[in-house]
Amino acid sequence: MADHPFQPETLAIHAGQVPDSATGARALPIYQTSSFVFDSAEHAASLFNLQTFGNVYSRLSNPTVAALEERVAALEGGRAGLASSSGMAAEAMALMTILQQGDHVVAAGALYGGSVTMLAVNLKRFGIETSFVKATDPDAFAAAMRPNTRAVFAESLGNPSLMVLDIAAVADVAHAHGVPLIVDNTVPSPFLCNPLRLGADIVVHSATKYLGGHGTTLAGVMVERGGFAWDNGKFPGMTEPSPGYHGVKFHETFGDFAYCMRARMEVLRVYGSTLSPFSAWQILQGVESLHVRMERHCTNTRKVAQYLKDDPRVGWVNYPGLPDHPQYDLVHKQMRVVDGAPGASGLLAFGVKGGLEAGVRFIEAAQFMSHLANIGDTRTLIIHPASTTHRQLDARQQLDAGVLPDMIRMSVGIEHIDDILWDIDQALNARAG
Amino acid sequence: MNTISELTSILRRHRTIAVVGLSAEWHRPSFFASKYMQSHGYTVVPVNPRYAGSEILGQKVYADLAEIPFPVDMVDVFRRTEDALPIARQAAAIGARCLWQQIGVVNQEADQLVREAGMDSVMDRCVKIEHARLFGGLNWVGVNTGVISAKRRA
Repeated sequence: MADHPFQPETLAIHAGQVPDSATGARALPIYQTSSFVFDSAEHAASLFNLQTFGNVYSRLSNPTVAALEERVAALEGGRAGLASSSGMAAEAMALMTILQQGDHVVAAGALYGGSVTMLAVNLKRFGIETSFVKATDPDAFAAAMRPNTRAVFAESLGNPSLMVLDIAAVADVAHAHGVPLIVDNTVPSPFLCNPLRLGADIVVHSATKYLGGHGTTLAGVMVERGGFAWDNGKFPGMTEPSPGYHGVKFHETFGDFAYCMRARMEVLRVYGSTLSPFSAWQILQGVESLHVRMERHCTNTRKVAQYLKDDPRVGWVNYPGLPDHPQYDLVHKQMRVVDGAPGASGLLAFGVKGGLEAGVRFIEAAQFMSHLANIGDTRTLIIHPASTTHRQLDARQQLDAGVLPDMIRMSVGIEHIDDILWDIDQALNARAG
Repeated sequence: MNTISELTSILRRHRTIAVVGLSAEWHRPSFFASKYMQSHGYTVVPVNPRYAGSEILGQKVYADLAEIPFPVDMVDVFRRTEDALPIARQAAAIGARCLWQQIGVVNQEADQLVREAGMDSVMDRCVKIEHARLFGGLNWVGVNTGVISAKRRA
């Protein structure tokens, strides 16, 4: 008899946490400690040699943080996870684990602004070059590949462009060149989309968004699928003895979770972007209701999108869950069905007639929709990306990232739909000033 | 594929492990795994003709399974897939109760032979990783253990 395959709703509550072995505590204890005692000098040596598993110092691992890592890994259908202090830290670690000076990345142009900056400016300073291509065109990814390309990076659902990545097609492009596909899966959350099951090799999350879900706590998580052929000759750091960890060969020693072990021991341990146990605990409180919240985010957003589309005061609406979205079929293929239609998550973008000025008045007239730079909160959030989240990009980069000058991004919350539509209506009335 | 309950039972019952192909070099996976199992209460019996007569991890090294003068429960194979079949035959001949083929070692004939002999059989898995997955440890490094339970870890 095979092991019972548990559903995501059950994994969201149970994966990664059995009752505490010392106390029997059913809820997850917060192990708020910097360090852990060794049983003996021999035990200490074994831990430092990675010959046994255990906790040494909370910069490297912590039981509360580990529960979050395993839970997100389980929800994504991956082999292992690694948490970090923010989504940006997760993305940085995912890239830095395998990249070095002289390497090249192919990335979708339609990325979160901070991700564009990391690749185009910050990693470039360390001699890592990135080519940005159109997120919706797998052939463009193929055309940009070079002999020194070592990773492909994209978002499953672009923020705020809402461009949809054909994950299986772009994974094929990456694998034909022997490099991994890294997917930022923040916007769908693991409940709505599992890129690893579609061929991606690594997933990164800003857990601050839907995983935590309440707008309280910053965190990031990366997950590896396991099974990528790190020994294909392009990743000597995965197969050769590690100079940073006394000669350990990560791929040979840890097999299908070697990437996360190397990220932990050679990136997290060195650069220190560790998640605090208290933050991990808060994110996990959110994860336990992920499925319930995501269903409501999807159904509310579908109604908001239709309302805006039908409203003469609105110029245009972009929501991948609307049947006339150019990538609706792909959304249907890649994302979970919620209430009879593709669950396209809680982000949409639209333009108010009257352009940027009318849009600004709309934002300022909102009563309970909050004007702030986050997504994936229980609350409905609105922002003008061109002047805020994507301000560091020039006009060309903004267009590549799918940011139009009059675009308003809305992260639809889980308040009552009638109240959300009421606030939108009264704010649209105020747009004329 | 072995289930969680099968692997848990195998690791609970079989406490003496003959490790075929155990290296004396501390950074090799066979050494890692054996040292781990030893520190978790298992008796490790090194089998490797290269080091026969010397000691690894404080235990006498045998050239061959047939030379071991006491019963072993499990034979753990750190050798190439094509070498696993004769090892399986020997394991059955000395009365071992389990053949465990490590990650990357997948000899279907060996698997079939030991199953027909009434022995437990595991392929393409690491004994250390499975122990840490099911009895605790691997969960501390964020690995998806697949364990869903309202009981404390044993």
